[in-house]
Amino acid sequence: MTAMPDTPDIPARPARKLDTARQRQARVAGWVLMGLAVLVALVFARDSAGMAVFRLSRPNDPLALPDLVVAAAPYNYFAAALLAFLGARQFMRGGMRWTSLSLGLGLFIAVTAFLVWATAGKAFSLTGMLQATVVRAVPIALGGLAGVLSERVAVVNIAIEGMLLAGAFTGALIGSLLGGWGGLAAAVAMGGVFGFILAALVVTYRVDQIIAGVVINLFVLGVTSYVSSQVYQEYRFLNNAPVFAPVKIPLLGDLPVIGPVLFNQNLFVYGAMVMVAVATYYLFHTRYGLRARAVGEHPRAADTLGINVYRTRYINVTIAGMVAGFGGAWFTLGSVGRFDENMTGGRGYIGLAAMIFGRWHPVGALAAALVFGFADSLQQKLALLQTPIPSEFLAMAPYIATIVLVAGLIGRARPPAADGQPYIKE
Amino acid sequence: MDVELRGITKRFGPITANRNVNLTIRAGEVLGLLGENGAGKSTLMTVLCGLYSPSEGEILIDGKPVRFAGPGDAIAAGIGMVHQHFMLIPVFSVAENVVLGVEPTGRLDRLDLVTARAQVRSINETYGLEVDPDALVGDLPVGLQQRVEIIKVLFRSAELVIFDEPTAVLTPQEVEDFFKIVRSLRDDGKAIVFITHKLNEILEIADRISVLRAGEIVGEGDPKALSEADLAEMMVGRPVSFTVAKAPFAPGEVLLEVDDLTVLRDDDSLAVDRLDLQVHRGEIVGIAGVQGNGQTALVEALTGLARIAGGTLRFAGGDITRASTRERHRLGIAHIPEDRQRTGLIPAFTIAENMVLDTYYDERFSAGPVIRWDAVNRAAARASIDFDVRTDSVFNAVGTLSGGNQQKVIIAREMSRDTQLLIAAQPTRGIDVGSIEYIHRRIAEARDEGDGVLIVSSELDEILALSDRIVVMFRGRIVAEFDGNDPGISRKAIGLAMAGATA
Repeated sequence: MTAMPDTPDIPARPARKLDTARQRQARVAGWVLMGLAVLVALVFARDSAGMAVFRLSRPNDPLALPDLVVAAAPYNYFAAALLAFLGARQFMRGGMRWTSLSLGLGLFIAVTAFLVWATAGKAFSLTGMLQATVVRAVPIALGGLAGVLSERVAVVNIAIEGMLLAGAFTGALIGSLLGGWGGLAAAVAMGGVFGFILAALVVTYRVDQIIAGVVINLFVLGVTSYVSSQVYQEYRFLNNAPVFAPVKIPLLGDLPVIGPVLFNQNLFVYGAMVMVAVATYYLFHTRYGLRARAVGEHPRAADTLGINVYRTRYINVTIAGMVAGFGGAWFTLGSVGRFDENMTGGRGYIGLAAMIFGRWHPVGALAAALVFGFADSLQQKLALLQTPIPSEFLAMAPYIATIVLVAGLIGRARPPAADGQPYIKE
Repeated sequence: MDVELRGITKRFGPITANRNVNLTIRAGEVLGLLGENGAGKSTLMTVLCGLYSPSEGEILIDGKPVRFAGPGDAIAAGIGMVHQHFMLIPVFSVAENVVLGVEPTGRLDRLDLVTARAQVRSINETYGLEVDPDALVGDLPVGLQQRVEIIKVLFRSAELVIFDEPTAVLTPQEVEDFFKIVRSLRDDGKAIVFITHKLNEILEIADRISVLRAGEIVGEGDPKALSEADLAEMMVGRPVSFTVAKAPFAPGEVLLEVDDLTVLRDDDSLAVDRLDLQVHRGEIVGIAGVQGNGQTALVEALTGLARIAGGTLRFAGGDITRASTRERHRLGIAHIPEDRQRTGLIPAFTIAENMVLDTYYDERFSAGPVIRWDAVNRAAARASIDFDVRTDSVFNAVGTLSGGNQQKVIIAREMSRDTQLLIAAQPTRGIDVGSIEYIHRRIAEARDEGDGVLIVSSELDEILALSDRIVVMFRGRIVAEFDGNDPGISRKAIGLAMAGATA
């Protein structure tokens, strides 16, 4: 008694060449890779002279590694050839099977070629850039994680930007009065308040989720900008918070490259890693995580099983707000100790992009945030190398990376099925 | 467990869905609840399973009154429901779906899926359900998804199981298997409510029958003492004719010729697999098959809504493989889409606006960029009368009409112009018997006037009543063909072909 019988005995017909979506995608990827090959060969390779020196350790590190020295022009011609090969095999039979991998590898090669070109004849601290990558990824990763937590229960959270900004502001203000830990706790609480407000607006009052998010963003931007431009001018002691210093983890912190990058950072870096791990465990290995995901996929099914859809959404969106508040505190308590107008500069939106690029998974969002963090630190460090590219263009790098990744490479990431839809019980 | 509904009334604003309903459900018995679409069967049962609270009346379990604050209370009281639209999460595994809400857990709230799987297997064995606990629900065929719903209910130790239109998505063979499961549940002492609008099924499975019409119980009886005609009259309130009057079959030349058609789904899997099909003038071709075997993609390819990956379409002698939807429309292809709410109509628009969605650009209805609303409204009013749309004004939003009247708006839009080919997908799904009769008559008239007609339906009765020729689609191919005018046609043979067995 099986529901589906075996495949009936219909005579097999020869497979036919079909123009599938995957083939089209493979062709596009092929052209992109070829284009990169041409760019690397004609611009980066021809213009590279001498050696590119990448420093991996500082001279007085306990386990110092020698510098990485690359002959610039030969490396870049080699990179161009490799890209051309990857591009060409996209057009061959079976090329579409590795489209995403080829494209990812190709982009990596192109970025290394760019770095070699920029460094040719000079020296550049690779470890320093990776360390900055991790630091700059923190607010994006936490914003992305906040997005994951709320979109997994089907609440689209545009308000992450505002929550980050509120966290940054509250962290600086309360941090100035009560010290770092007090500021941090207040930032987290303030994020939670805005998370709760968002939940109330979209769950209970069924305000359109995008509009509710934009309202929160504009409100926070308006209030914090007013206070920082009017009040802080006069009362400067209100905007002078302590900064959490890096804490070196014994032994691990002494490892070459990964020591300084991962184990000699401040509270926010460690906090982001722990939160990503906890969120992954929560969402995919616990009872309440299963229920949360059920609410995001099919709220009515969850309701028929006695799961309280509204309460689940309130709790998760509030926690998401707290995560974003923590991420916001990074801007002030984890970095400069003072609040500036609109200092989050769209990191919340990039966090949302990281969430999508990371396929609504905490670890994916973290990985995507590292890509954006890399683009961010690249533009900062390259300014020091004095490349012929104007610094304004370099400053665009994180945003260009966002557009390329979200528009081009993600393919069909599948959001939670009920994402963005209010649930109406009766 | 015996359950009694006493004087249940459920109102949604001004609409009364159920009025003073009394119903008794006993352990070890299958109660058949019969009624037309929109008669209030599902609402009544949603009240019983705690999703809605009744406006008046009470529910008694074993003689004691109970109140349900939500579905959780009803589940705890031993009431389980298998919904018509499955309440399953496609991206979860079978085990995850089954335990959702009552999950076994270990330390740190960790999900214990090992226990969950074992529990699913033990229910499998007790009732012979054979569902893999690790399979993703979205990958399962609907017949198995339904069993997951049954496992879910049994896992919560339900003593009363409600099945809402459970056979709508099954092949005739799957229905047989399903009935065996229902009987084994009944013999195990469960109380069963079986909701349907299909007369033959209720006579086969029910031990007792209650008929609901317009929200009220209008009749009760013993299936042994009732015929289909009796039930139909109770259900509709007047005698019903089951046959469709058609002129003798006299097909003309080939109108539509589908040659080697291939259509892909979004994930590049084959939806339609090198299919050949012809429709002649004056002929109704019925496509039978279980949902999800490529019928939707076929219709979308014919009407220009889906990308054609291979093959050719010829219509009235011309090649229309690359023709746009509007070009096909102008050539005289009419389309009744399978989902009237989503693709057939714009619910928030008025009847008049919906009537001209396909012809608004015609110079009858627009002067340059300006729409001539007086002409639109007059035409819509005339069409509403011609096609029996029951409404007091063409300015009502289509979404406020009943399903049957919505469907008639679509029929009016598509058939009030000069058509040659009518493609109708699920033309009578979820509408009342009166509207079904009317729509069937209109389709038969189109054929008698010399149009070609292609009907896709998951209701075999509808295919049998209308078609001159029946083809069965299975996994994107046509696997069998039958003469629809043959009085000795075998439902069983068609059912087997729908399940993929070759003749």
